[in-house]
Amino acid sequence: MTMAMTDTETNKGFIDVRDMGVTFGANDNKVVAVENVSLNVQPGEFVSLIGPSGCGKSTLLSIVAGFVKPTLGEALLDGKAITKPGSDRGVVFQQYSLFPWLSVRKNVEFGLKMAGVEQSKRNTTARALLDLAGLLSFENHYPDQLSGGMKQRIGIVRALATSPQVLLMDEPFGALDTQTRVVMQEILTNIWQQFRISVLFITHDIEESIFLSDRIYVMTARPGRIKAEIKVPLPRPRRAEMTDTPEFMNLVQELKGLIREESLAAMAPEIKDRGLSGFGMKVGPKGVGEIF
Amino acid sequence: MGSMASAKIVALPMIEKHSDPEPAAVAAKSSAAEISAVETVANASAPVTSSELPVPASEPVPTVSLTKVLRSLLAQITRERLITAALACISIGALFLFWYLGTKYRFEFYIRFKNVPTPYEVYQQLTQVGLSNKYLFNIAISVRRILLGFFIAMAIGVPLGLAIGKYQRVRDLFMPVIEILRPIPAIAWVPMSIMLWPNNEASIVYITFIGAFFPILLNTIHGVHSLDGVLVRAARCLGASEFRLFLNVILPGSLPHIFTGLAVGMGVAWVSLIAAEMISGQFGVGYFTWEAYSLVDYPAIVLGMITIGFLGLACSGIIRMVGVLLMPWLAFAPGGRR
Ligand SMILES: Nc1ncnc2c1ncn2[C@@H]1O[C@H](COP(=O)(O)OP(=O)(O)OP(=O)(O)O)[C@@H](O)[C@H]1O
Ligand SMILES: [Mg+2]
Repeated sequence: MTMAMTDTETNKGFIDVRDMGVTFGANDNKVVAVENVSLNVQPGEFVSLIGPSGCGKSTLLSIVAGFVKPTLGEALLDGKAITKPGSDRGVVFQQYSLFPWLSVRKNVEFGLKMAGVEQSKRNTTARALLDLAGLLSFENHYPDQLSGGMKQRIGIVRALATSPQVLLMDEPFGALDTQTRVVMQEILTNIWQQFRISVLFITHDIEESIFLSDRIYVMTARPGRIKAEIKVPLPRPRRAEMTDTPEFMNLVQELKGLIREESLAAMAPEIKDRGLSGFGMKVGPKGVGEIF
Repeated sequence: MGSMASAKIVALPMIEKHSDPEPAAVAAKSSAAEISAVETVANASAPVTSSELPVPASEPVPTVSLTKVLRSLLAQITRERLITAALACISIGALFLFWYLGTKYRFEFYIRFKNVPTPYEVYQQLTQVGLSNKYLFNIAISVRRILLGFFIAMAIGVPLGLAIGKYQRVRDLFMPVIEILRPIPAIAWVPMSIMLWPNNEASIVYITFIGAFFPILLNTIHGVHSLDGVLVRAARCLGASEFRLFLNVILPGSLPHIFTGLAVGMGVAWVSLIAAEMISGQFGVGYFTWEAYSLVDYPAIVLGMITIGFLGLACSGIIRMVGVLLMPWLAFAPGGRR
């Protein structure tokens, strides 16, 4: 048994979000981003969060990561309240977030360096992880020399270098083309199966969420609430061919129905208020800036 | 933290074992020193493991070994360089030609070349007076003043700029006074500086410092502000403490802007120094030039000017070179040097 395995067996990496509410701004500018959200990720579980744009997915993730403090409720990791960012939670951002001034290997080593691990050990670990990501031959390149998919793969293994108990991912493949996305999803399931850590994964891609997850939370339009919780009973390891099976299709249909309702709900007020002006046909008295 | 980290190191080589069934991975590890060898192995393994870890073999990304990069750069750019050099010659040659023709035909149409010395006279001046002790001594004095003023400006400007850029409170405290002092040109400090400092030397260094300080400070602040926030958040998530954040993220992230500030600061430092030397100086290239004017030694005026030009060029050239050495990644940045 490896150490990584024992970690999950001792039930580490349990995310528990309780009665969460987040409000930005005050008075007239007040935005209720998230309202009364409770969700959890069991140790070693892969959970996706899916919902229309602006429903507060990133906000929720920022709270678990420790960047934002909730207005109401609490977020716990293994029973302890989350107050600030830390290397027990790896985060992969939607934007590319590699340090451009560090080589690929130094990027992966960064977390270990912050933890005071000595150079030779950092080096070994980083090379093992780069090998896992299929990018060992690029260890001395700079991030600007890599493609988007390669950068995100390195972003993932960089977040894993400090062996966090959970991995938080905010639409990590959002900027990639469809083919690269599919490949990245397979790489991610592979890596996840080796590390067996809890993952909270944000996406707006229905197929992606089904392919990757054990469980999916669907959020409502803003203010974001949990609309539904769906279990994905597909066997593992997942293979690309599974996306053609009837079980997979049924899940897609079910989720599509749920999401469509919410997307319409998210757009409805604007469409009702402005008619076609919302599509640039006619500009209101305050100009276009008001619409977009 | 230490024990946690060491446990993790134990975990990873074991994880590595999971992928060992692929013989290609093992081979890659043993020959990892040779980058090209790894690449061929990786290519060979690509069809086998393509469903799991596709190696993007077709990416035409150059490997980073310093000599290799240099060699390929040389090979690629030789032609480009030749054109660049030719254009540089034309540009400087045109200036000399204009000067030469103007003085040869005593050009006089609003501007007057009547008293302007010819290039040859200036060249003679250089060979006679030029290599005298007095001339070299003046250069040495000016360079010393520049270096003192500039390095003090850098030593204060960069850390202060980082702090102002990062902390709202530090910004609130310093920015008002900076905003008031900044529009005052260094030359306007000359009388005050003479009153303020105990000797002439200190007051000239101070004026040079003032010239260099604000560009360095403001560019450093700008560098911190233009740093992508996601990088700071990423570093926080990876466990960076406040101090480490400064050292490992904010400083390197602002370095391109800091170097812009240093280059601009060096230019303004020279402007300020020469003005200060002309007004209040003893010694220095500015003083040399002004003295030549009062002694009606026209070739020496031009020699002084050319000297100032070359010294300024050399100083900014050094800064640019240090920048290239310290920031190798910029060569690959979008819209970068290449
Ligand atoms: N720092 C902030 N200040 C004010 N409002 C904010 C802030 N961050 C987010 N919001 C608001 O909170 C709401 C939720 O934002 P969030 O970024 O979490 O949405 P999202 O679900 O991630 O959307 P997307 O799918 O488009 O990324 C939005 O209406 C946004 O305007
Ligand atoms: Mg988002």
